[in-house]
Amino acid sequence: MSSNSSHYVAPVKADELVVDQLRLSEKKSNLWLDAWRDLRRRPMFWVSIVLCLFIIVIAVAPNLFTSVAPSGGACQLSKSNGGPEPGHPLGFTLLGCDIWSRVVHGTSVSMSVGVLATVISTVIGLIMGALAGFYGGFLDSLLSRVGDIFFTIPYIVAAVVVMSVLAEQKNEFVLALAIGGFSWASTARIARAEVLRVKQSDYVTASIAIGLSRFRTLITHVIPNSMAPVIVVTTLGLGTAIVAESTLSFLGVGLGGVSWGADISQAQTSIRTAPLSLFWPSLALTISVLAFITLGELLRDAVDPKSRAQR
Amino acid sequence: MAYYILRRILQVIPVFIGATLLIYYMVFGLPGDPVAALFGDKQPSQAVIDALRDQYKLNEPFIVQYANYLSGVLRFDFGNTFSGQSVNDVMARTVPVTMRLAIMSVAIAFVLAVVIGALSAVWKGSIFDNGALVTALVFIAIPIFVLCFLAQYFLGVQLGWFRPTVGGRNDWGDLWLPAIVLGLSIYASSMRLTRSSMIESLGQDWVRTAYSKGLSRRRVIPVHVLRNSMIPMVTDTATQFGVLMVGATVTEGIFNVPGVGNTLFQAIIRHETPTVVSFVTIFVVIYVLVNLVVDLLYGLLDPRIRYVK
Amino acid sequence: MTSENENLTSRARPRSSHKESAVSQPLLQIRDLRVAFSVGKKDREVLHGVDLDVFPGETVAIVGESGSGKSTTAAAVIDLLPGTGKVTSGSILLDGVDLTAANRRQMESIRGRDIGYVPQDPMSNLNPVWSIGFQVEEAVRANGLASTRKQTRERAIEVLKQAGLSDAERRMHQFPHQFSGGMRQRALIGIGLAADPKLLIADEPTSALDVTVQRVILDHLASLTREKGTSVLFITHDLGLAAERADRIVVMNQGEIVESGPSRIILESPQHPYTQRLVAAAPSIASQRIQSVVERRGLEHADEVLDAEPVVEVRDLVKDYKIRSGGFRSEPFRAVDQVSFAIPRGKTLALVGESGSGKSTVAKMVLQLEKPTSGSVLVDGADTSGMSRKEVFDLRSRMQPVFQDPYGSLDPLRSIGALIAEPLRVHGVGDEKSRRERVFELLEQVSLPREVAWRYPNELSGGQRQRIAIARALALKPSIVVLDEAVSALDVLVQDQILRLLADLQSELDLTYLFITHDLAVVRVAADMVCVMEQGRVVEQGTVDEIFTTPAQDYTKRLLAAIPGADIPLGGAR
Repeated sequence: MSSNSSHYVAPVKADELVVDQLRLSEKKSNLWLDAWRDLRRRPMFWVSIVLCLFIIVIAVAPNLFTSVAPSGGACQLSKSNGGPEPGHPLGFTLLGCDIWSRVVHGTSVSMSVGVLATVISTVIGLIMGALAGFYGGFLDSLLSRVGDIFFTIPYIVAAVVVMSVLAEQKNEFVLALAIGGFSWASTARIARAEVLRVKQSDYVTASIAIGLSRFRTLITHVIPNSMAPVIVVTTLGLGTAIVAESTLSFLGVGLGGVSWGADISQAQTSIRTAPLSLFWPSLALTISVLAFITLGELLRDAVDPKSRAQR
Repeated sequence: MAYYILRRILQVIPVFIGATLLIYYMVFGLPGDPVAALFGDKQPSQAVIDALRDQYKLNEPFIVQYANYLSGVLRFDFGNTFSGQSVNDVMARTVPVTMRLAIMSVAIAFVLAVVIGALSAVWKGSIFDNGALVTALVFIAIPIFVLCFLAQYFLGVQLGWFRPTVGGRNDWGDLWLPAIVLGLSIYASSMRLTRSSMIESLGQDWVRTAYSKGLSRRRVIPVHVLRNSMIPMVTDTATQFGVLMVGATVTEGIFNVPGVGNTLFQAIIRHETPTVVSFVTIFVVIYVLVNLVVDLLYGLLDPRIRYVK
Repeated sequence: MTSENENLTSRARPRSSHKESAVSQPLLQIRDLRVAFSVGKKDREVLHGVDLDVFPGETVAIVGESGSGKSTTAAAVIDLLPGTGKVTSGSILLDGVDLTAANRRQMESIRGRDIGYVPQDPMSNLNPVWSIGFQVEEAVRANGLASTRKQTRERAIEVLKQAGLSDAERRMHQFPHQFSGGMRQRALIGIGLAADPKLLIADEPTSALDVTVQRVILDHLASLTREKGTSVLFITHDLGLAAERADRIVVMNQGEIVESGPSRIILESPQHPYTQRLVAAAPSIASQRIQSVVERRGLEHADEVLDAEPVVEVRDLVKDYKIRSGGFRSEPFRAVDQVSFAIPRGKTLALVGESGSGKSTVAKMVLQLEKPTSGSVLVDGADTSGMSRKEVFDLRSRMQPVFQDPYGSLDPLRSIGALIAEPLRVHGVGDEKSRRERVFELLEQVSLPREVAWRYPNELSGGQRQRIAIARALALKPSIVVLDEAVSALDVLVQDQILRLLADLQSELDLTYLFITHDLAVVRVAADMVCVMEQGRVVEQGTVDEIFTTPAQDYTKRLLAAIPGADIPLGGAR
């Protein structure tokens, strides 16, 4: 065996000698600031957020976009499946109503039900999931079983049953409750998983050692740090809630008034003769859902560490 | 492992009771006259109303009603449809058709999801990957009934590749169009899951160790990456099953496939609530069983559960 | 390798008795190696021209802190750079063959057969879904060591036996989670050496293991490599370990080699300032307790120490947990068994033990984060077991913790200033303005500039975050600080800095420390008294001098003997 017995010493550099040098970048950085900086550079983010805002504006103030009423007296059977005319850019439905007007007003219905359902679902899901994850033990078992029960019944199915039964008392709130009241289980699972992860961090233990009660620790430290995936799921959930409302209207168990789903259902029979009457509401529906889902996916890319590694 | 199985089975029981109770409550426990609700805007004769009250024991307290309903479920007695046929008979006729549709769509979805998902993961960041992600997003966004019409119109009417509706003849070959639509609607989220679980597996330390032994990529990817990804994918199957069943309902309805889904679809449209409730109950029972089976399968796949120390 | 300093080569290393022959060629020759990672569109160079030689049969250790490039160099040799890493220039010659020019198939053949690899973390480096036997057989088959099923299996059993796993035949069917950490590492070593490679790369092979297990495994590895004449490239952050196990040491810092030479020379007379600091900061038995710059009251003898009124006292502390044992039953598990000790004012007591010793559980009970099953914790003479919530709340302002994980002990969504001020807010101390002043005061005490207060934790390094954690702990002017492995996750030089800071703060503010650690070497440097724990029990306790010079119990002796580099006198400025 032979060996190298030489002794090499590199030339000394000045900055090597400082141990653990403080290097602060120009701008402040934490999870949300970094996410914002990341998102605002991406054109897709601006496209989807502008689209979402636009859809919300249409939903809130439909009369800014059309002066024709979507149903009732404004519909003339004589114009059934008619083509575009001045003042009626997209033509007429089977019953002679203005398609553009129905698309615009349909936005209000879908959005209001969608937002309400998502709010209900998120609030219930977050509370159930956070409590189950943080306190663990019996409470966790109990809440998880309850979640499982609701998880087992797909929300479309439950909503169908509820809406079929409540023929008289239909209104937006009930529909939103039917959808949201059954879709909170997946939000709860995500919230619970995130809270379990955050709970292990030392800053939670430190918080209790400082003197905060467990409950206050949950509110001030644990939940804010668990919000990222919940926000992502909520945004995606808005897209799915819109689909749910449309599906229910399509099946005839929706609210019964103006709705994209109902229009699509009605236009089924004319698919060969007047396909556009089916096309326009479908397009509106697809674009709305795509806008929110894309926004949700972009948010996920920006805040989820696993997703960032996968880019 | 035995304890795992036992625990899982024990956990299923309260879920089963809870779910059926919930369904029953939604129909019969909410305010209003349930019988009137069951008929919607139709006006049945008094005799029919009385018979129904009797069948569902609506004059008894709620708990008795539920117990009666539950015992029916456990006896596989789901009552009759509006046209007087027993639900069991209807099921016997329609289940085979739906099974064919389900198998075809799942096969399409599974093959596409695994292949495209795996390739996307391995070629992460490439044009193929980005393209696959974008198309998946589009398929997730488009509601299934819109997808049905798009397929019907473009592939059926315009291009004439398939028959736009199915109807009477419903052998394997005739179910292509609805199977493709249903398959594509499920494919998207499965593909994304395959992709992300493969990417996660690819980054694991044991993959590096495998390469350090001198193994080739051809061996490492299936044995050390794909095999590990299967675990989350299997658990996902249970969720997908639920989506499949809902999607099948709509798809069969639109393409007029005489399967279980279509029967449910017609019942919903016609406001035949008792039939809807029966079918939904069956659906929930099957879903609970499927979840149980998947959980047990998961236990088999993961040695950490099979051999606890 | 060319020598730049003529006067040092005169200290030639004694040659082995046989072979008067000519200087043989190095087995591994790395010349001007540069490695870069792509970040977005740009490339960031992490290795800036590394030169290294490993001769046949030689063990060379690469020593460095995190980010020094030591693991990257090793990964480059076997072509397993993570993510987007790639060799941008330079050459790696193994027996004359340039590895940087090899294609994928050639590298596959070289890996396993010519170069073996032993990774750091035994848990994450074995696939949990395949049995150990399966994974060993893979290595056997891939390197052409056997062809039939029977032969492969027999060879695999042999590999495991050689790696020191008793009962190898039965072990073949078991899964990684059924093995202990030490056993898994042995399996990995077996896999690495299975094909008798010329070069073995061991990347921190025992850092994840307990100290006593570490020694046994490394001894075994050394005997194996000696027997087979394998060259070893040994990566470690521990200078003492490197000196013990390697013939030559290469010191790296920030992607460059700073100094390299025979082990003894590097440790006894390091030349480069960075190496000198590393040597100076390496805790070992021979070094002395860090004396604070500020004058200290001297309480040297055991009796004097115990006469002073204890600030923290623990009496017959017991903690039982219920562990679910696979079925529906749960068994009681005694994590802490009749532990007693007392800490006098202004002193540091170190609670030392390996994993599972119960030391962290004791700390949690002292901090009132867990309730003891029996026994009591007394703070300033008062028994904490009967305290009301309000009393415990007040107690907290006198006793604060600093935890191990610098990346997890600060809420990432809060600014530094808010984090430090939080204890003040919770206890209602002062108003907005006075709290802010206090925050600045604390930042100064931990040697960090004011502007840090407006920043967020993820902008700071590990050592800087620990300073913040210390500042936060001091906010309420406590008299007791519980340091739960507070320096274990830090690099050696940073660790040294923090220990000095803690010593300074202790004299300045008359603090009493309960110092939890698994590292006996650090204890020598940081504590006055020691309490050695094993599996929930106190094995031995006394002053640091007593324990280190005259240990009474076997376990203590084993722990001391297991410290890497214990018997090597270290040089360098102190």
